[in-house]
Amino acid sequence: MHGQDTKSSLYGLMAEFEEAGALVAAAHRVREAGYEHVDAFTPVPIEELHEALDLHRNEVPLIALIGGITGCLVGFFLQYWISVIAYPINVGGRPFNSWPSFIPVTFELTILFAALTSAFGMLALNGLPMPYHPVFNVPGFERATTDRFFLCIEAKDEQFDRDGTRAFLESLHPREVTDVVP
Amino acid sequence: MAVVERPPVIGPGHDFETVSKAISEIVLTRKTPLGWVFGFLMAFTFMMIFLMTATYLFLKGVGIWGINIPVAWGFAIVNFVWWIGIGHAGTLISAILLLLHQKWRMSISRFAEAMTLFAVACAGMFPLLHMGRPWLFYWMFPYPNTMTVWPQFRSPLVWDVFAVSTYATVSLVFWYVGLIPDVATLRDRAKSPFARKAFGILSLGWRGSARHWFRYETASLLLAGLATPLVVSVHTVVSFDFAVAIVPGWHTTIFPPYFVAGAIYSGFAMVLTLAIPLRAAYRLEDFVTMWHLDVMAKVMLTTGLILAYGYGCEVFYAWYSADTFERYMMWNRMFGPYAVAYWALIATNIVIPQLLWFKKVRTNVPLLFFVSLVVNTGMWLERYVIVITSLHRDFLVSSWGRYAPTVWDWATFTGTIGLFLTLFFLFIRFLPMISIVEMRTLLPQAGVKGKEAH
Repeated sequence: MHGQDTKSSLYGLMAEFEEAGALVAAAHRVREAGYEHVDAFTPVPIEELHEALDLHRNEVPLIALIGGITGCLVGFFLQYWISVIAYPINVGGRPFNSWPSFIPVTFELTILFAALTSAFGMLALNGLPMPYHPVFNVPGFERATTDRFFLCIEAKDEQFDRDGTRAFLESLHPREVTDVVP
Repeated sequence: MAVVERPPVIGPGHDFETVSKAISEIVLTRKTPLGWVFGFLMAFTFMMIFLMTATYLFLKGVGIWGINIPVAWGFAIVNFVWWIGIGHAGTLISAILLLLHQKWRMSISRFAEAMTLFAVACAGMFPLLHMGRPWLFYWMFPYPNTMTVWPQFRSPLVWDVFAVSTYATVSLVFWYVGLIPDVATLRDRAKSPFARKAFGILSLGWRGSARHWFRYETASLLLAGLATPLVVSVHTVVSFDFAVAIVPGWHTTIFPPYFVAGAIYSGFAMVLTLAIPLRAAYRLEDFVTMWHLDVMAKVMLTTGLILAYGYGCEVFYAWYSADTFERYMMWNRMFGPYAVAYWALIATNIVIPQLLWFKKVRTNVPLLFFVSLVVNTGMWLERYVIVITSLHRDFLVSSWGRYAPTVWDWATFTGTIGLFLTLFFLFIRFLPMISIVEMRTLLPQAGVKGKEAH
């Protein structure tokens, strides 16, 4: 193990690839080598990376489900409370709790809450907005949103070793391996 | 997997760089095209007309319009339904076709979604202006107030408030979520420091992390799944505004499906009306190919036929119900004082679009553009006929009346077209009008060739 300062002065090591296939293959190798804190940066979503990076499940659908159920209950009971308790009006003898009439608004609020929670839940889980991130310091990283594929092993990984990890990444035939400074 | 050979959805010879460049350059170029300036000024002039008429309306009240009793719903509702219907194609293209894995949607989804947002904004103007006191619009929402009055949830008009505001909000969120990675591309390609900053803020610091993509894809799929029933519900609720009333010609169960089909019909017509000049002006023929136009024309033809079925049903109901008022309403619609509008509607919405059966028409761009304009007009006429002919002669002959729009009605209507086009021109200048990420996913470069590539 290297000293603490090696780890703290570095966010990680970034390898740059030209092709999606090369990145996916490298990601598999990195995971096989036992690295845990690994991330890839790509201009398009790549399904094959999920397996390579062990991404099997995320919490967005659960958050959306909770949001949807909340919206449904809020929608219905808001109308119930208003029409039955707070402001009951007798319209031609119809029941105060005219539940079939409450369905459209209940439905709309279900959708509204579920949509907002899935969008904002996704952003929150991703830690966005995050205006600064160390990976932006990597020279040429601006091409990660156009046509380059990046793989980063973070320094906080237990196996991380400045020289050893660099040598390992070099063996995966990247275009370049760069230090990521925080 | 489908075995049917389909034409490519993107022109040949593209890679990630050329696609990103072609689309982002439209936004990032310093030179604003002269055509854009001219178009924007025209649109802006009409938007000024809108602002002036709205100001005059606030000063004088809704009496400047042609509405009266019995026709209390005049142009305002006609235009509201027209605009909200146009919006539906955007959500249909980006949500329903996403769930159906229709790849051709990718190159038109972004600006169709923008069209949705701006159309909903225009639609929203009309109920607001139609209120006697628009500054009290927030009375429509349930909020604790000193009057201790609450909305009446048994009324479709209240449902409409929730449907339209939910639709506007969800469309905006869906559109923005789709924009995030594209705006990050613009941030990274922009030369000017101001553009870098502005796009940097808008992109929320997107860095393309695989973990982010994973959740992003889930959220996009969820949003599409949620927007799909939403889009159907919105025009259904709009049709309830009519169908729940007992007015002859409105009180029919065919209204919800026939309104939804009409909305998609008019929406696709508007997408074509916008896409055809755009692809020519910005040389986007590689992304919005002839095949796209052909497919959209087919969707228009299909929904147009559903609409024709709806019109047929209305006539059948009027006869089969044996209801004096329903029968009179249909006779009056066809041969009464507004017969011209009815037959013009049949011509523009049903007869002329039959041209789309012919591949020669679907692949003839100017002719297709013409048909799309005809359908836009026809769908406006449809709402005009539904609103005016039903209201002006309902039950009692003593309460019959006539309706004629005033110059202010026309000015407000054309003014919202100006508002729509102004927003649209700003959109194509400052944001990527085609999804760059989705275009990239269409390229072989996005695929992984075998597990061990080296």
